[in-house]
Amino acid sequence: MSTAEHAEVNRRDFLYIATGAVAGVGAALTAWPFISQMNPDASVLAMATVELDIAPIAVGQAITIKWRGNPVFIRHRTQPEIDAAKAVKMEDLKDPEARNDNLTGASPATDENRVVDGKEQFLIMVGVCTHLGCVPIGNEGDFAVVEGNVKTGAWFCPCHGSHYDTAGRIRKGPAPQNLLVPKYAYLTGTKIRIG
Amino acid sequence: MGGPSNYQPKSAFAKWFHERLPVMDLVKGQVLDFPTPKNLNYWWTFGGILSVMLTVQILTGIVLSMHYTASVNSAFASVEHIMRNVNYGWLLRYLHSNGGSMFFVAAYIHIFRGMYYGSYKAPREVLWMIGVLIYLVMMATAFMGYVLPWGQMSFWGAKVITNLFSAIPFFGQAITTWLWGGFTVDDPTLNRFFSLHYLLPFVLAALVGLHIWALHVPGNNNPTGVSVKGSQDTVPFHPYYTMKDAFAIAVFLVVFMAFVSFAPNYLGHPLNYVEANPLVTPPHIVPEWYYLPFYAILRAIPDKLGGVVAMFGSILVLFALPWLDTSRVRSGTYRPIFKQFFWIFVIVCIGLGYLGSKPPEGAYVIWSRILTAYYFIHFLVILPLIGLLESPKPLPPSISDDVLAKAKSVAPAE
Amino acid sequence: MKLLKTLCLAAAGLVLLAGAAKAEPKDAKGVSYSFEGPFGTFDKGQLQRGYKVYKEVCAACHAMKFVAFRNLADPGGPGFTEKQVKALAATFKVLDGPDGNGDMFERPGVPADRFPAPFPNEPAARVANGGAYPPDLSLITKARAGWTGTFNQLFNGIGGPQYVYSVLTGYEDPPEELKKEQPEGRYYNPYFTSNQWIGMPPPLSDGQVTFDDGAPNTVADMAKDVSAFLVWTAEPKMEERKRLGFEVLVYLAVLSLLLYLVKKKIWARVEH
Repeated sequence: MSTAEHAEVNRRDFLYIATGAVAGVGAALTAWPFISQMNPDASVLAMATVELDIAPIAVGQAITIKWRGNPVFIRHRTQPEIDAAKAVKMEDLKDPEARNDNLTGASPATDENRVVDGKEQFLIMVGVCTHLGCVPIGNEGDFAVVEGNVKTGAWFCPCHGSHYDTAGRIRKGPAPQNLLVPKYAYLTGTKIRIG
Repeated sequence: MGGPSNYQPKSAFAKWFHERLPVMDLVKGQVLDFPTPKNLNYWWTFGGILSVMLTVQILTGIVLSMHYTASVNSAFASVEHIMRNVNYGWLLRYLHSNGGSMFFVAAYIHIFRGMYYGSYKAPREVLWMIGVLIYLVMMATAFMGYVLPWGQMSFWGAKVITNLFSAIPFFGQAITTWLWGGFTVDDPTLNRFFSLHYLLPFVLAALVGLHIWALHVPGNNNPTGVSVKGSQDTVPFHPYYTMKDAFAIAVFLVVFMAFVSFAPNYLGHPLNYVEANPLVTPPHIVPEWYYLPFYAILRAIPDKLGGVVAMFGSILVLFALPWLDTSRVRSGTYRPIFKQFFWIFVIVCIGLGYLGSKPPEGAYVIWSRILTAYYFIHFLVILPLIGLLESPKPLPPSISDDVLAKAKSVAPAE
Repeated sequence: MKLLKTLCLAAAGLVLLAGAAKAEPKDAKGVSYSFEGPFGTFDKGQLQRGYKVYKEVCAACHAMKFVAFRNLADPGGPGFTEKQVKALAATFKVLDGPDGNGDMFERPGVPADRFPAPFPNEPAARVANGGAYPPDLSLITKARAGWTGTFNQLFNGIGGPQYVYSVLTGYEDPPEELKKEQPEGRYYNPYFTSNQWIGMPPPLSDGQVTFDDGAPNTVADMAKDVSAFLVWTAEPKMEERKRLGFEVLVYLAVLSLLLYLVKKKIWARVEH
């Protein structure tokens, strides 16, 4: 094979490779809109925050509201529930992280880190079991405060048997994490905004 | 289709797979090595372009349906949601809406190419008839797709077109009510149109499979219309036609993307950005541009049943085309009289399209009638007659002879 | 081919006759905008002024239900900051609820809200406007054509913003012969789409809206600004579309050229 022929072959190969590469890059880029369209859209990302007045919630009562399509538990805890939560030793916790979106960095899952200072009677959490997403039942489970034959505080997920204590921390069962505390703030003494 | 190809599995895995599913054998025989006339011009690339457009429509359609809701209360808003909120939703929706138009552009060129070069003539009659069937299913699919955004034109187009069936004697009203699922176009209608709009493209894909199967029995027609006489007349489909088609597809995509990028609503109608109102009819209802010639034929006949029959007849007559054309010669290149009438026919079709966009009054009606009459005369009178009366030019003995003669005539210039 | 020529001429004649038959609304005035053409972009200042005209004038009667306050801060739009959007959203009252007692209540708007409608429903809007229904303005510039013509629309657009501009600036005294036809509560506007009698009183007067950037505020200026704003509300992704489209076209041109060279190279092997 002469040099001229050799060069000819190389140039032809280059043309083929270049065309294949350009077409391939184009095909890959074209795929992006088709993939990206399944991500949350602009209206979902801009989902409104929820504001509500928690004054009407009596001691020992809880309400559930909807935020970003998920239930949020707002519980007005009794003093025994708070005491029970505070009495738990750190080494007994399955998940030592606070899982509180209002705190930055790693924080231990103490009861103080699950609520707002001075408002420790109000426990606000996303009511989605961290195992596979069921909604736990309130006033149930092995870690509730028992008075007579009435259980108060604590949550139990019926799907796969996860037990959460009176601060919403996972204590027993398959769930890996404590119930998430969403970002929220007190606008006034009794008015909160979630999100 | 031909028998097994000379496919030889190279690796141990390929051999193992081949013994269980000889699909590579089919690909090699029917795609890569398929003997294709070597003189096909660029008009023959539109088959490949159409396959690409069908794929574009199916892919964009599938993702659009993830965001669209088929309910009269939310359909219009869900399309706006796609346009404003969904990531790249505006792009996907404009690709789909303009893609429909581009699909028809390619289909019309493909059909007229078949008409000019006599691709419907023996032994390709079944191939042609499957093509006409594909065209009919395309029209049904596009019509139902146009209803989905639930704009004013969607609604009134749906109402007018479904009312065509009420022209059927005795059962007309019952059929129309059945189509609607009510007493007018409403929620049930929108839902079934969405269901069918999703289904029919896959029917189309199956018909395209049959179309290609029927193509591969006799092989491609070609610009001379002379049958392939041997391997000196053909080249393997790959790489010769894969690369030629790929180039044509890229150029076609330039036109497509120019519309999507710079005039995405040009081929639509402004009133489809007004939400459907069942109580107010827009002053001029016009269908999408690709239906305009048939709409003109519909309105040309001053009788309800007559108009509907003429409109459907104008498409159904295409099924008979292989037998209406009596000429022994396939290609219009060698038919001097046919060639002229072919171009008159093209102009008549464009003229009917223009008239379909105009209000049905005055001279427009008269012209619609003249051109409608000519449309049918072309198929039923002119084609049979010129086939008998015309004396065609001498045909080249073979494709390769024709190619060599052409190469020689341009050689001195090179 | 002589036959063909005669046919064409006859067709042209008949078409001209037919065209004269009907009185259509006047073609919109040919104002031009910064966003025209393949590379045209919105003038942010103009969109902000247009927003102000919408808010202070149009919003009293016209809804804009597909546009959210947050959109005003989106790229390719009027370019308000997030902070400005929060503040201007709060100036609108938005219906929310039901609250714990099952009652609906009003609260200040937040960026995620869409523009609230001035009337609760169509009948209420008609009653308040002498029987006329003020259309939603989100898509108005895509829903109205300022002129007709296959090629005219291809090269000049459908004239949506020009239509809005022309209606806003097109009020005049009715011609003598039409004066006694004037319906009660209707105004003469030869650009109006359905007929020349429009239910909307002339909405703008010189100096009505004061712009923060000190831009001129004659009726024509305000009409131009608000029509530009309504192009953005109808097509908020226009700038992204043109930019991405241009990039895709450049890519396709390169790909076409490469494929052409490949095709040529391959076909050089055979006589064809």
